[in-house]
Amino acid sequence: MSWLSKWLSKWLPNESSNWQWFYRLGSPRWFYLRSGQWLPWLSLAALLVLATGLVWGLAFAPEDAKQGNSFRIIYLHVPVSFLALAGYYIMAIAGAVGLIWKMKLSYMVMKSAAPIGAVLTFLALFTGAVWGKPTWGTYWVWDARITSMLILLFLYLGVLALQYAFHSNEAGNKASAILALVGTVNIPIIYKSVDWWYTLHQPATIKLTSAPSMHPDMFQPLLVMILGFYCFYVVALFLFTRAEILRRERKTAWVKELVLGEPQS
Amino acid sequence: MSSPAARKINSGFTAWLRRDLLLAYRRRGEVASPVVFFIMVSTLIPLGLTPEAAQLEKVAAGMIWIMALLATLLSVDGLFSSDYQDGSLEQMLITPQLLPLPILGKVTAHWLTTGLPLTLVSPLLGLMLSLPDAGYLPLICSLALGTACLSLVGAVGAALTVSLRKGGLLLSLLVMPLYMPVIIFGTATVNSAVDGLNWLPPLAILGALFAASVALCPLAAAGALRVTASN
Amino acid sequence: MSQAPLLSVENLAFERDDSCLFSGVNFSVDPGDVLQIEGANGSGKTTLLRLLTGSLQPSAGNISYLGQALSACRYDYLSDMLYIGHQPAVKLNLSAEENLRWMVATSAQSNDTSIANALTQVGLAGYSDIPCYALSAGQHRRVALARLLISEARLWYLDEPFTSIDKQGVAFLQSCLQQHVADGGAVILSTHQDLALTGLRKYKLMPHAEAVV
Repeated sequence: MSWLSKWLSKWLPNESSNWQWFYRLGSPRWFYLRSGQWLPWLSLAALLVLATGLVWGLAFAPEDAKQGNSFRIIYLHVPVSFLALAGYYIMAIAGAVGLIWKMKLSYMVMKSAAPIGAVLTFLALFTGAVWGKPTWGTYWVWDARITSMLILLFLYLGVLALQYAFHSNEAGNKASAILALVGTVNIPIIYKSVDWWYTLHQPATIKLTSAPSMHPDMFQPLLVMILGFYCFYVVALFLFTRAEILRRERKTAWVKELVLGEPQS
Repeated sequence: MSSPAARKINSGFTAWLRRDLLLAYRRRGEVASPVVFFIMVSTLIPLGLTPEAAQLEKVAAGMIWIMALLATLLSVDGLFSSDYQDGSLEQMLITPQLLPLPILGKVTAHWLTTGLPLTLVSPLLGLMLSLPDAGYLPLICSLALGTACLSLVGAVGAALTVSLRKGGLLLSLLVMPLYMPVIIFGTATVNSAVDGLNWLPPLAILGALFAASVALCPLAAAGALRVTASN
Repeated sequence: MSQAPLLSVENLAFERDDSCLFSGVNFSVDPGDVLQIEGANGSGKTTLLRLLTGSLQPSAGNISYLGQALSACRYDYLSDMLYIGHQPAVKLNLSAEENLRWMVATSAQSNDTSIANALTQVGLAGYSDIPCYALSAGQHRRVALARLLISEARLWYLDEPFTSIDKQGVAFLQSCLQQHVADGGAVILSTHQDLALTGLRKYKLMPHAEAVV
């Protein structure tokens, strides 16, 4: 991979250019301090937006003509599904940045994004099942989107398992980054194949999980929820990454000072 | 100076291919086990489902494909592990040749000793599972291309887990999602033929997956080996 | 006639998992040199050799071959280098001859005669048909060392090459090394053995401190 890094580093930011801010980003300590400042505001924002979205969607949005009140689960299901997929790309990009620029912080972000994404994918499947029961009479149905979500869960579990399987942190991080990138290339292929597979076997009925054009009154709270979940994702990612930073950098002076209180020599 | 250099780059692929084929020949018994597994597991299907030909006919294509996939998964674990243990992998990492080439040689040897026998034995299984006549040729074509894809993608997983103990189970977990498109299009090829439709489009997509795998998997496996094997 | 040294190492440091194994390693090697790396167990001798082969990346410092950084001349460097590590890389199911044939398959000098000669010289003449699982560890190491006789590489990196060999083998290997440096090659090896070679220099690798030449 070193030939790739060399070639890329001719075109991409390096220490001597004006991209100092980019390299500062790579410092775990800088990130820890900054994120500590931003975290209260982000958490507040996430809380407010989610609360607004939930109340609006669950209480005030009009009832669906066909599904009655059970459609309201989409206010959880859709944002969580979006984030599960977006989270995988965030994880893969963090891994790629770590491989190319050898930034420790990037690997820590990747390591944090993995469990968050896995849980979100599981929630997507769970809320999908909960939605399925009143709507189609069964908790599980093998349609294209649910099957793709399940495969995404397996991809996440693979990255998680690989990270923790290595004794050496570095090897585990790099191997997970490579796996995440391989998964990224495969996700469009997998989604398309599953889609195609489903059309082969689908009985000639309506598509089960398509989102037909929604009434704006139902759609707006959905947008709010998606925004709220993005904020929540960032908060969760920051929290996990901060914990990982403290764990990895526990031998450095600044962490000791932070944790133990007085300046350490 | 180009001729000796060119010769050296080529011989990376053929040297490793020949070595692996020779090793497989010396361990004939071990190498035959995926194929034996393939055949034996096919007797579980009528035992587990039903012996009626009419029912078996419907699931034959899918079941044969699933078993081929599982047999390949069992064997791909050993792709790099013995080399890692006796130090040959270390030598492979420091040859002047581009690393993807020896890897491609090893994967080709693996396919020749696993995927190809599976493909050749599959008509026998088709017979045992009442595969309709129209399905035999598509089965062979799709398995030939598909098992090659499975070997290539499996090599990436094997490279990632080569230095781990009990890496085999983790390998299956990692590689399974990546195998799903292959099995989708492989079974679709056979099932389309059985249903009387044109079976060339899914086969073409399988061919595209194969082309992409040949181009990309050796590179990914090379990157993975450099990370995991030099601990 | 100041030519760039065959191999030159400046300020090399290696870190693994946030702990520094060694740092500030400096030495250079010219044709005719035998550099013996000494150090306690765990001081990083094997790691240093693997850094020199390029299979590990240093955390700091440069390695240059004939004045060029390794990354710029990778193909030439690796073609001019031979590394024999702890494990002899011998496949147990192949015979000594087949193993050797594969090991040198990419070398221009390999042909039947040279392989047979090499095996004879290391004392494995009658064993060409026997698979290596029937041979001892010492004999495996001899197969690995037979490579040295066929190789055209100038730089030899040997990690504990004297393990598992008997007195006769030790003498043979020493004469082999002597011949190689007389022909203009160079050897870097890590061993606890006392060597009697002309052109021998020692380098002591200190764990996580400046090393002493």
